[in-house]
Amino acid sequence: MLIFGERINGMFTDIGDALRNKDPKPIQYWAVKQQEGGAHYLDVNSGPAIPTHERVEAYEWMVNVIQEVSELPLVLDSTNYDAIEAGLKVCKRPAIINSCPAEQVKIERVFPMAIQYNAGIIGLTMDKKGIPKDAENRVAFAMELVAAADEYGVPMEDLFIDPLILPVNVAQEHAPEVLDSLRQVKMLANPAPRTVLGLSNVSQKSPDRNLINRTYMAMAIASGLDAAIMDANDDDLVDVAATCQILLNRSVYADSYLKVFRAR
Amino acid sequence: MSVTLVKEKYSSKVGEVVLGATAEQGGTRTSTITVGGDSALPFLHFEGETKNRPVIAMEVTDVVPAWNEMIMNQIGDVINDPAAWAKKCVDDFGADLIYLKLNGADPEGENRSPEDCARIVKDVLAAVGVPLIVEGCDDSEKNNEIMAVIAEAATGENLLIGIAEQDNYKSIAAAAMVHKHTLIARSPLDINICKQLNILINEMGLPLNKIVIDPTVAGLGFGIEYVYSIMERARLGALANDKMLSMPIICTVGYEANRCKEAYASNEEFPGWGDLADRSVLWEAVTASGVLQVGASILVMRNPAAVSVVKKNIADMTGK
Repeated sequence: MLIFGERINGMFTDIGDALRNKDPKPIQYWAVKQQEGGAHYLDVNSGPAIPTHERVEAYEWMVNVIQEVSELPLVLDSTNYDAIEAGLKVCKRPAIINSCPAEQVKIERVFPMAIQYNAGIIGLTMDKKGIPKDAENRVAFAMELVAAADEYGVPMEDLFIDPLILPVNVAQEHAPEVLDSLRQVKMLANPAPRTVLGLSNVSQKSPDRNLINRTYMAMAIASGLDAAIMDANDDDLVDVAATCQILLNRSVYADSYLKVFRAR
Repeated sequence: MSVTLVKEKYSSKVGEVVLGATAEQGGTRTSTITVGGDSALPFLHFEGETKNRPVIAMEVTDVVPAWNEMIMNQIGDVINDPAAWAKKCVDDFGADLIYLKLNGADPEGENRSPEDCARIVKDVLAAVGVPLIVEGCDDSEKNNEIMAVIAEAATGENLLIGIAEQDNYKSIAAAAMVHKHTLIARSPLDINICKQLNILINEMGLPLNKIVIDPTVAGLGFGIEYVYSIMERARLGALANDKMLSMPIICTVGYEANRCKEAYASNEEFPGWGDLADRSVLWEAVTASGVLQVGASILVMRNPAAVSVVKKNIADMTGK
């Protein structure tokens, strides 16, 4: 189970301010803190803090300041592919592109870029019309992304399919469909593509966010989830991820397994 | 029709551990030995590299052992002299390294002092140029005393010292750390304790490349298949990037195989079992070859004739 730390995102006030003021400190603080929490990768998202025309420069800067303090690989999170490419050029370790929907024009932009920079791809099970309601159509989009990986020569384990979870307080019917999608995506190819979720989305604006996050994550891991963009500093949540590794017999049990899971 | 081999891909490999130290490295060995480093299950050369050939350590004891005659006869008079015995193992029997077992330290037996034990270690170091493995007796408290003194007396030699166990690891791990030796971590045929012990030792500050796993083995016919499954689990863990199971493995096959009745019972007692002269050699050799197939890096052996058989097996399997 891979943890992609979600905290370096311009949607958070401190990161937004840091981006506007070119202040590396908050970004570097969260890079280190998330690594200590148990993150395997750091998600990097400027959010709306930076005007579109400045994003190329902003991503290059963010990647550089993070790499000054952390060796963790990065997940470059933007809808602006030029900004992602600027980040990929300065990444020291193979990164992951976040994200590419099942749309031909975007596939043609993203998949060759992934090959060029030896990067992974997060593929979203949606197109211009939006997110499907059921598992069947999510899996159909996943199949298009799997076919694209095959066509462009992206190794299947470098493709992370994200079946897109929505907040349970407004779109409750999606939660079981996403679990079903995870199970089916794992059957699409051999080796199977990997899977990822933007986990915190499931609990948006609910009072019991942490409980919902960790309950859903345990269910999702049992259904085939390989990675989550999530709060790497929610210790209970990271403990659940570590315990799932043990209960699914993916890692050999030892009394100190929680501590070992966090060692990087 | 062409056949496509189905190959497993692994994300990691077994860690490498260096035994012994040359003069340049602070010791007095004429050569060092590197074990581990494999990137696939043993000898599956089409899936990954078997980087370092498995090695054989021959067992030498500081008091004359009660071993069966067929082994005693091959060793001869030197059995009274650990240094000469060690030299014979290297020169005549082709041992890659020496495993010195200090049974004389046992309070129930000779009760040798730590200083006497250290002197024996120094004698053996002087007699041979190969790296040395040193284990104490069967009394863990006494072992803590003698290993502290031995570790200091042989500072810089990078001995492989043992043994650390879950309820008694701190003293010997500290000795290894301070005096730059490598440590044997023994678990009682239990993969979970094996991993936990490695974690605990590593937390004390001993790097992972200074630890060798002793999973405890069993002789052929006495649970070797259980040993096999434990070792396989450790190896698959190492290949899946479980750093706390990634150390090379040492197996005391000579001790275990020769505890089996089949290795020493006379022809008269069991006429149907075949000639003891062959049976004794084969029992140890087959036990050793069995654990080689699941990733043993260091075989601790007794019977020179069995060593000869297993050396050929290793050469055949590795092409080295």
